[in-house]
Amino acid sequence: MDDSRPIFRQLAEQIENQIIEGSLAESEQVPSINEFAAFHRINPATALKGITLLVDTEVLYKRRGIGMFVAEGARGRLIDARRQTFHDDFIRPLHAEARALGITPEELADMIRKDTTP
Amino acid sequence: MTPAVEAHGLTKRYGPLAAVDDATFTIAENTITGLLGRNGAGKTTLMRLITGQEFATRGSVRLFGAPPVENAAVLQHTCFISESQRYPDEFRIKHVLEGAPHFFANWNTEFANELVEEFRLTRKQRIKKLSRGQRSAIGVIVGLASRAPLTIFDEPYLGLDAVARQAFYDRLLADYSEHPRTVILSTHLIDEVSQLLEHALVIDAGRIVIDAPVEELRSSAATVSGTAEAVERFIAGREVAHREKLGGLISATVAAMSEADRADARTAGLEVGPVSLQQLIVRRTGGFSTTSTTTLEEATA
Repeated sequence: MDDSRPIFRQLAEQIENQIIEGSLAESEQVPSINEFAAFHRINPATALKGITLLVDTEVLYKRRGIGMFVAEGARGRLIDARRQTFHDDFIRPLHAEARALGITPEELADMIRKDTTP
Repeated sequence: MTPAVEAHGLTKRYGPLAAVDDATFTIAENTITGLLGRNGAGKTTLMRLITGQEFATRGSVRLFGAPPVENAAVLQHTCFISESQRYPDEFRIKHVLEGAPHFFANWNTEFANELVEEFRLTRKQRIKKLSRGQRSAIGVIVGLASRAPLTIFDEPYLGLDAVARQAFYDRLLADYSEHPRTVILSTHLIDEVSQLLEHALVIDAGRIVIDAPVEELRSSAATVSGTAEAVERFIAGREVAHREKLGGLISATVAAMSEADRADARTAGLEVGPVSLQQLIVRRTGGFSTTSTTTLEEATA
């Protein structure tokens, strides 16, 4: 957790990332608000806000008296949403930096193709 | 819901000095609020007013809807751990712990004993023989184990090392999660506690200058930096808390920056960076170089 953005957003994104990577599976139970708060050393109200955000966007759902679970189809929806913002989040800054350094789009495409990072 | 603390025009004057000046605010029940400010800003006086240890010159304060002064019903539910918390020298730690249940209705002996162990103390130790940090630990233990509906810590950790402070924060958070209560934490170590706080109350020269949810403060302020011309154009008409100039570059702390503002700044070729709660408060209560700009040449002249 850092100061760059609201903590509740960072928490929500971390949980989203775990769902996308598959370390949190669909229908799996997620930790409780208090567990998140203790683990990240954040105020429980902040943790609640992050979780509420994910319930509102139907990534998680609540089962009364039991806890919070990953929704069916959440992973696919998250990946779709991330694809939508991929251009703004990654391609645009990449192009801007390449332009500043005098790297042409062709050279850039070549670099991406040759990059073997898994 | 009745707020835990409600102050209206609260003022305390010592002769010509207004230690607390026309403070109006409420503290919602079951939140952790940071009371932040510089030395001599009025934090301790404000806490003494809240806990009925000082008479207000003007204005009023209510705890859970009732005035605190000489009000046993209210004060039983209040625990105030002051910076220089003192216990009689001839006491042993166990005397403090055995006396506490008489003052605090929600006192939990088991929890207190756990904390004594965690802070590596023993019940037999004499208060007189304790180090500064160990004495602070006693205050922290009493404050936590009191489980008082309103618990106030005024700089509770003089002499406490980093490990003990972390233990305090972790225990506070865990116990607060299980037993919600209203906590006011007054501190200079803003970076250490900023993620524990839900709300910030910042006092400067007796006046409340910030009264806002911490997440809101965190997401609203930002620094923009870039060439002087581009920054000047961007900050024109905005509330600027601080600015620094280095050669042809300016870095400015802007108080309110929406997502759209941030995007605008980036489009204008500016770098947008985070502002920690501590930086924001330092800049709002700094008292110097907030309006003027210091150039490197001036600074090194």
